[in-house]
Amino acid sequence: MPKVLVLFAHPRLEKSRSNRALLRHFPESEGITFRDLYELYPDFNVNIAAEQSMLLAHDVVVFHHPMYWYSAPPLVKQWIDLVLSFGWAYGPGGTALQGKTAFHVVTTGGPEAAYQLDGFHGSTLGEFLRPLQRTMTLCGMTWLAPFAVHGTHRKTDAELEAAGAQYARLLEGLASGDLRPEGLQSLALLNDAVPVP
Amino acid sequence: MSDFLLQAMVYLAAAVVCVPIAKKVGMGSVLGYLTAGIVIGPFLLGFIGEEGKDIMHFAEFGVVMMLFLVGLELEPEAFWRMRHRVLGVGTQQLVATALVCAAVGLALGLAPSTSLAIGLALAMSSTAIALQSLKEKGLMGTAAGQQSFAVLLFQDIAVIPILALLPLLATAPAVADGHGGSTLSHQPGWVQTLAVAAAVGVVVAAGRFVVVPALRVVAKTRLRELFTASALLIVVATALLMQKVGLSPALGTFLAGVVLATSEFKHELESDLDPFKGLLLGLFFMGVGASIDFRLIASQPGQIALLTLGVVAIKLAILLALGKRGGLSLDQNLVFSLGLSQVGEFAFVLFAFIAQLGLMDAAMTGTMLAVTALSMTLTPLLVLLHERVLRPRIGIAPAAARKADEVDEKHRVIIAGFSHFGSTVGRFLRANGVEATILDNDSDRVDLLRRMGFKVYYGDATRADLMHAAGATDAHILISAVDGLAETRGVIETAKKHFPHLRVLVRARHRFDAYELLDLGIKDIYRDHLDTSIRLGVDVLRHLGHRAHTAYRAGQQFREFDEAGLAKLAPLRHDMKDYISNVRELIALQEQLLASDRARDPGSADHAWDSEGLRNASK
Repeated sequence: MPKVLVLFAHPRLEKSRSNRALLRHFPESEGITFRDLYELYPDFNVNIAAEQSMLLAHDVVVFHHPMYWYSAPPLVKQWIDLVLSFGWAYGPGGTALQGKTAFHVVTTGGPEAAYQLDGFHGSTLGEFLRPLQRTMTLCGMTWLAPFAVHGTHRKTDAELEAAGAQYARLLEGLASGDLRPEGLQSLALLNDAVPVP
Repeated sequence: MSDFLLQAMVYLAAAVVCVPIAKKVGMGSVLGYLTAGIVIGPFLLGFIGEEGKDIMHFAEFGVVMMLFLVGLELEPEAFWRMRHRVLGVGTQQLVATALVCAAVGLALGLAPSTSLAIGLALAMSSTAIALQSLKEKGLMGTAAGQQSFAVLLFQDIAVIPILALLPLLATAPAVADGHGGSTLSHQPGWVQTLAVAAAVGVVVAAGRFVVVPALRVVAKTRLRELFTASALLIVVATALLMQKVGLSPALGTFLAGVVLATSEFKHELESDLDPFKGLLLGLFFMGVGASIDFRLIASQPGQIALLTLGVVAIKLAILLALGKRGGLSLDQNLVFSLGLSQVGEFAFVLFAFIAQLGLMDAAMTGTMLAVTALSMTLTPLLVLLHERVLRPRIGIAPAAARKADEVDEKHRVIIAGFSHFGSTVGRFLRANGVEATILDNDSDRVDLLRRMGFKVYYGDATRADLMHAAGATDAHILISAVDGLAETRGVIETAKKHFPHLRVLVRARHRFDAYELLDLGIKDIYRDHLDTSIRLGVDVLRHLGHRAHTAYRAGQQFREFDEAGLAKLAPLRHDMKDYISNVRELIALQEQLLASDRARDPGSADHAWDSEGLRNASK
């Protein structure tokens, strides 16, 4: 059965209503590992060996974070720079991540309509994540579209709870093998893979 | 009046001329003052006559003050931990020295009672000389320093029973005076004991409940001289009280110092009294120098020389044996033994008292006084001999011969002081490929570190010649990691004067030391506890459920704020009231900062990643 690794990064979780709601639904399962990067590395001193062995022990890697200035929090970049090292993740002999799957779970303050070519931001979420996508595919990983919770500023508590339940179903589906990565590659957003409860 | 001015001028001029010369030649200030005393004394220039001894009585107050200051630096718990050593080594030194000297006296044909009395007097060492030179060289914290202090403290305690014992040896009745002359000496024993206990209780209680509140009131008057006066009053009043109940004033003020060691005025008291102590001790040493009766010595040079050397040899042998039993290394043992090998200032009092009791005739008293003064003069010379001749042979000084072939290994970094702080810095640098030259003046530690393969030199970074030998001319960075403020100052001053190109990074024990260092123009100050305590605080926040990164950032901000506050408060602290109100302001500011950090409202400077703030703002 596939193993799922969720790398969660939020510099101020205590101030994030939506991400706290998503984490409330986080499934307790042997096949799903939760790592809170800002709790583990408050000073950005990432333990490279520990992170690499975590990656080796899992099949699906999920980067869960809020979008801020059209990108991931700085610790995600620090984590990538240190952990995905030359000769291990890419380059000659760098095959450790070949065949694994990667995607992002993100929250955005703006509504879904803003992330359209003709929307307020003029680009889709997928386009904003392009550098991260190339990073993962360079390491030989299968890239999937993000699971997004849009418009968090205006969502009601009930809507957030529903998004949390949907997020949990996605993780459980991947861990049980009911959802297979190759079947999800054509989707524009992973939200479409699981019904809203 | 003009008489007084003339005397003052003579003393001050002699000190100003002789002490710098003595320091320059590498001898301590003690020898400088002694020489000054001899020069202006009745047998050379004759500026001062027989009043040398009176001056000495007055100047002995410097010793009292010194013990108060020593007490201030010793927190009650540290003092309590020392008690076994004080009783153990102290008793052994006193009893053994007194008995051996008495035996020699018997062999020379003196009466048993006289022999014993003289033996007891000779067993005393000079607190003034020993502590002054230990402090000057920054050796108080070493094993030798601790051992010396234990012995000296016990002697101070032992003075009272000795004064009580001496009249029992006498056949002619006499009345105690001066030091021993307590108003209670005619009371029965239990009254005296009770009075002593009460006096000690008064000192402890007054220190806790009267002195500190009173000092707060005085500090509010914003008159610096009034604070100095209060500091002097504490010492004088304690000394007087102790004299009244028949305890040694030095012991009493030492106790008062220990009681006040935990108060917030510790550093103010220290800096206010330090110059008085220095001047009075200087005066005392000059008095000793002036009182050496060269006419008497000239009339029987052989006998006095033999007696002096004999007494010093006996004291030295016993101290060496005690040091060895106490586990001191050879070098430390020599520091300890040579430092205490003289007959102390208290012997002057004891000999006068013994003579008064009719145990000694006038000629013999003169001889013994000469022996005492000479032995005091001998100490700095013996210490010098040890530092310059013996120590290089034991192999803990930078050997001049080896220096030449080490030129290519000269390091860019010099660490002065290799205690826990310095050694951590050293290990960190070494782990990152930076080898440093290390200077430390605890020879035990130097020995140990050498065996562990560190390149450590025995030495005092306040000495320009040693710094030169350590490669200061070619080095880039000097790390001052020595313990005390006085030492730190010394290191900085030497560096500024002789090696101005060095970038000096300085460790400070705490905020108050840091202020002093800021005054010296030092920018790179590292307080001992600052980072560690904040790190602990950050971990507490985490244990209480705060997010790790938030706690970490709060810690960083707090540290920055604290450093900024340090620079802001430094120039204000001379003004006590200002300082106190500013501390309050600082605490208030800190509270404000913390509160705003907790609230994190959108108006505050840092609200990155705060989606709730954004959400509220967009409503």
